Amino acid sequence: MDVILRIFWGFLSTVLFGGLLGLGLAVASRKLKVEKDETVEALDGVLPGLNCGACGYAGCGGYAEALAAGKDEDLTKCKPGGAVALAGIGKILGVEVDTNAVRMVAYVHCLGKEGVASRSYNYEGLEDCNAATVLFSGDKDCKYGCLGLGSCMNVCPTNAIRKTGDGLVVVNPDLCISCGKCVDICPTGVMRMIPEDADFVVACNSRDKGKLTKSNCKVGCIACKICEKKFPEAGYKIQDNLSILGYDNRGPGRAEAVEKCPAKCIIPYREVKIEEASSAG
Amino acid sequence: MSYFAIVITYIFISNLILAQFLGLCPFIGVSKNVESAVGMGFAVTFVMSIASLVTWALYHLILMPLGLAYLQTIVFILTIASLVQLVEMVVQKYSPVLYKALGIYLPLITTNCAVMGIALINIKSGYNVLESFTAGIAAGMGFLLAILLMSAIRVQMETERVPRFLKGAPIAFISGGLMAMAFMAFDNSLLNNLVG
Repeated sequence: MDVILRIFWGFLSTVLFGGLLGLGLAVASRKLKVEKDETVEALDGVLPGLNCGACGYAGCGGYAEALAAGKDEDLTKCKPGGAVALAGIGKILGVEVDTNAVRMVAYVHCLGKEGVASRSYNYEGLEDCNAATVLFSGDKDCKYGCLGLGSCMNVCPTNAIRKTGDGLVVVNPDLCISCGKCVDICPTGVMRMIPEDADFVVACNSRDKGKLTKSNCKVGCIACKICEKKFPEAGYKIQDNLSILGYDNRGPGRAEAVEKCPAKCIIPYREVKIEEASSAG
Repeated sequence: MSYFAIVITYIFISNLILAQFLGLCPFIGVSKNVESAVGMGFAVTFVMSIASLVTWALYHLILMPLGLAYLQTIVFILTIASLVQLVEMVVQKYSPVLYKALGIYLPLITTNCAVMGIALINIKSGYNVLESFTAGIAAGMGFLLAILLMSAIRVQMETERVPRFLKGAPIAFISGGLMAMAFMAFDNSLLNNLVG
C-alpha cells in the first residue's frame, strides 16, 4: 500500500510540476511574443518542410528568411517543392515564375546486375559503396557501374532508393525529390539526374574502351556509335566511349536506336519504371 | 573542495565530452566551423550555469524536504527543457542580436545530455549552491574548450585528403577519440600538484 501511495504522489507531483512549467511557458510566450515577419511565415507555408538542405540552407526556414529578406534572388532553389512551391513563392513575392520546368530525378545508369557484370573479387565488408571503393575501386571489373551497396539509400531523405536484390539499386522517380544527395555520395558517378519525363535512357556509365567494357559487362555501352551515326537527330552523343542521350531536342529515331543498339543498353525509361514497381512487391 | 579545484576538474580532468562522453551530438554536429562552435559553447555554458542553480534549488528546497528525491531525473528533464525554452524567449525578446548569433543552437541544448549530466553530478557530489554554479560554468567552459579544439581540427581536415568512407562524422569521431585519449593525461595527480 505504501508503494502504491508513493507512486501515486510521485505521479501526481510530476504531472502538477510539468503542468505548472507548461503554463509558465505559455504565459511567457504570450508576454515575450516577438512579431514574426508575415512574408517569412507565408513562405514557410508553401515550402515543403522537408528540411533536406537541397537549397543550400540548413532548412526550409533559412531559405524562407533569405527569400523574404531579398538576400536570395533565385526562387527555384527548392527542388523538392517543385512547381507547386515555386508558384507559391512567386505569388507571395509578386514575381513572375516559370513553373513549366521539368522535375529532374536521379537515375542509376547501370544494368550490370549479378551475373551480367563480372566481379574481380568477393567484397565482404561494410555495406557502403565508398568503403568498397577504397579496395581497388570496388569489386566490379567495371569501375563505372553501380556497386549496389546502397550509400545512396542512406542519404536519401525520402527513401526513394532501394536495392533490387541482384546487385543494383533503383530510384523510384515518384518519391525522388531531386535533391541530388545520392548523386553527390555515389563514388562511381553512376547516378545522374534525368528529366522525369525522359523517354529513353542509356543505362551504362562505362568510359572504358569498347573491348574492355564488353569483357566487363554484358550490357555495357561499347561506343560503337551506331546510335549517334544512324540517328543523328535523335540526341545520342558519344563522349569518352559512352553514349549520352540528350533530352532537350527529341528528334526522330530515338526509339529505333533502342532496336539497333547491339549491347542493348538503351532502354525505354517508363517501361523500366513500371517493371521495377511491380517487382517491388 | 575548493572552487579552483572544481574548475580544473570540470574543464580538464572530467571534461564532460572528452572524459564522460556526454553531449556528443552538438560536439559532432556543430563543430564544422569555429564560429558556430564558439556560439554553441557559450550557449551551453550559459544554460549549464543557470540549470545548475535552478536544479540545485529545486532538489534541495523542494524535492528533498518532500521526500521526492527519486523523481530528480524526470523533474530535471522537465526543468531544463522549459528553462531553455524560456531563455530562448527572453533572449529573442530582449537581445535579437544575441538570438541571431545563438540561432539554432539554443533549442538544440534542450535535449543536450551534458546539461542534464552536470545537474545530476552536482547533486551526487553534494555541492552547495555556489559550488554547483561553479561546476556548471566550469563544465560549460570544458565543453567550449573541447568543441573549439574539435572545430579547429575539422577546419584543418577540410583541406586534408580523408578517405571518402571516413569523410564527415566518422573521421570526426575518430579525432574526438584521439583527443579524449590525450585528455586522459589530465587526472587527479594534476589536481594534487596544483592544490596539494
